[in-house]
Amino acid sequence: MSILRAINNWLKHFAYELQQLFFFSLRMLAALFGRPFYVTETLEQMYLIGVGSLYLIVLTGIFAGQGFALALSVELSDFGARTYLGRIMAIAIIRELGPTLAGLMVAARVAAGITAEIGAMKSSNQLDALVAFGIDPIKKIAVPRLITLVIMVPVLTIICDAIAILGAYFVAIFVAHVTSTLYWANVRDRLIFGNIFIGLLKPFIFSFVIAFISCYKGFTSKGGTKGVGRATTDSVVITSISILIVNFFITKVVFSLIKGYL
Amino acid sequence: MIELRNVDFSYEDKPVLHDASFRVDQSEAVVIMGPSGSGKSTILRLILGLEDPQQGQVIIDGQDISTLKEKTKRYMRKKIGMVFQDGALFDSLTVGENVGYYLFEHTKLSFEDISHRVYQMLGFVGLNADEIIDTLPEQLSGGMRRRVAIGRALLSTDPKIMLYDEPTTGLDPESAENVLNLIRKLHEHKPISTIVVTHQIADAIAAGDRFVVIVAGEVAFDGTLDDLRECTDSRVRAFLAPFRSSFAGVAKRRFVDEL
Repeated sequence: MSILRAINNWLKHFAYELQQLFFFSLRMLAALFGRPFYVTETLEQMYLIGVGSLYLIVLTGIFAGQGFALALSVELSDFGARTYLGRIMAIAIIRELGPTLAGLMVAARVAAGITAEIGAMKSSNQLDALVAFGIDPIKKIAVPRLITLVIMVPVLTIICDAIAILGAYFVAIFVAHVTSTLYWANVRDRLIFGNIFIGLLKPFIFSFVIAFISCYKGFTSKGGTKGVGRATTDSVVITSISILIVNFFITKVVFSLIKGYL
Repeated sequence: MIELRNVDFSYEDKPVLHDASFRVDQSEAVVIMGPSGSGKSTILRLILGLEDPQQGQVIIDGQDISTLKEKTKRYMRKKIGMVFQDGALFDSLTVGENVGYYLFEHTKLSFEDISHRVYQMLGFVGLNADEIIDTLPEQLSGGMRRRVAIGRALLSTDPKIMLYDEPTTGLDPESAENVLNLIRKLHEHKPISTIVVTHQIADAIAAGDRFVVIVAGEVAFDGTLDDLRECTDSRVRAFLAPFRSSFAGVAKRRFVDEL
C-alpha cells in the first residue's frame, strides 16, 4: 500500500509541477509584450549565453562530426558507398545531431547558470527587492533570457552544423578518401528546404524548453543554498530529457507534415 | 496609516498568523517583536503586498493592498521603503548602482544627476561615497551593507512608510548602534511611519515608540513601553524573560533592568 501511495503522491506532485510550469510559461510569454523592454540586459545575456557558449559548440560540433563520419565511413566502405558520406552527414547533422547536441550543450551550460543565478537571487531576497521597487522580476530577469535563447540557440545550432560538417569533411578526405568536390556536392544536394526547416525549427522550440524550465526552477527554488543546488541539478536533468523527448515528437510530427519537401 | 485587520496567513499547510490585528499611525515608530518563526517578517511581506492573507485585510492609506491588482500594488509600493534582512543588495551591481537602482530604472534623470543623489544619500547614511561607490556589496561589512540598503530604500521611493526586517541581526554592537541611530534619525527627519521587526528587545527599545509582540502568529501585546512593563500575559513574559539576565547591567538598556 505504501508503494501505491508513494506512486500516487509522486504523480500528484508531477501533475502539480507540470501545471505550475505551464502557468509560469504563460506568464513569461505574456511578459514578452508591453513596456518596459530591457534591451541592455538582453544584449548582455546574448553575450554571456551566445558568445560564452561558442567554444563549447565548436568543440562539440567538430568532434561529434568527425566521430560520426569516422564510424559511418567504415560501415559505408563495406557496401562500397563511401561516396554517400557527405549526403548522409548533411542529413544526420542538419536534422538531428546539430540541433540535439547544440540544445543539450546549451541546456547543460546555460540552464544550470540561469537556475543557479535566479535561485541565488531568490534565496537572498533580491527578487523580493525587485518587486519592492516596482519591477516585475519575470520581465526583468526571465524575459531577457528567453529572448536571448530564442535568438542564440538557432544561431549556435547553425554554427554547430557548419563545424560538424567541416569536421566530417576532413575525415571524408583523409580517411574515407572521398574527393572534396564530391563531398561538398553531396552536402549541397541535401541542403533543401525540408532539412533546413526541421534543423531550425528544433532549436527554436528547444530554446523555449530551456528558458521555461530553467527560469521556473530558479523562481521556485527553496531551501537556501542546498535548495538552489537541487534546483540547478533538476533544471539540467529535466531540460536535457525534455529536449530529447521534444526532438522525437518534432521529428515524428514534422516529417509527416513536410514529407514532400524532404 | 497601516492597519492589519484579523489577518490569517499560512504558507501552504503551515499556519503563520492567526487573527492578527494592529495599526500604525502616520509618523509612528512601531517595533514588532517576537521569537524566531513567530510570523514577524511575514507581516512586513503582507504590508508590502508580496503575500496575500487567506483572511482579513491589510490596509495601507485606506486601501486593502491584498485585493489590488499587481499593477496597482506596484504603484502602492512607491510609498513604501523596505530594508530586507541582510540588505538584499543586488550582488552583481556596485554600491552606487544599488543605491541609484530605482532612479536608473524608473526615471529619465541623467547619470550625473543620479550620481549626485547617490553621493548625497551615502553621506546621509553615514558612509564615505568616494571609498565605496564602486565596490561590490560583498566587499562591505554587514553594517555598511545594511546602511547601503537603507540608502537604497530611501532614494528609491521617497517613502511614506519604512519597513525594516531584522536591521541589526548579525551585526557587531557598534554597527548595530549605527544602524539604530540611522533609523531614529530618519524617523525624526521625515514624517514617515516606521515598522521595525526584531527579536532583540534592546534594539526594539532604541528604535520604537510602540511595541507589538507576536507569539506563535498571534498578537500577544500591543502598547507602549510602560504598558509592556506592566504586561502580565504569560506568553509576553516568557518571551521577555531571557533578556532580563542577558542585558542586565547595561545601563542603556534600562528597561530590561526594570523588568
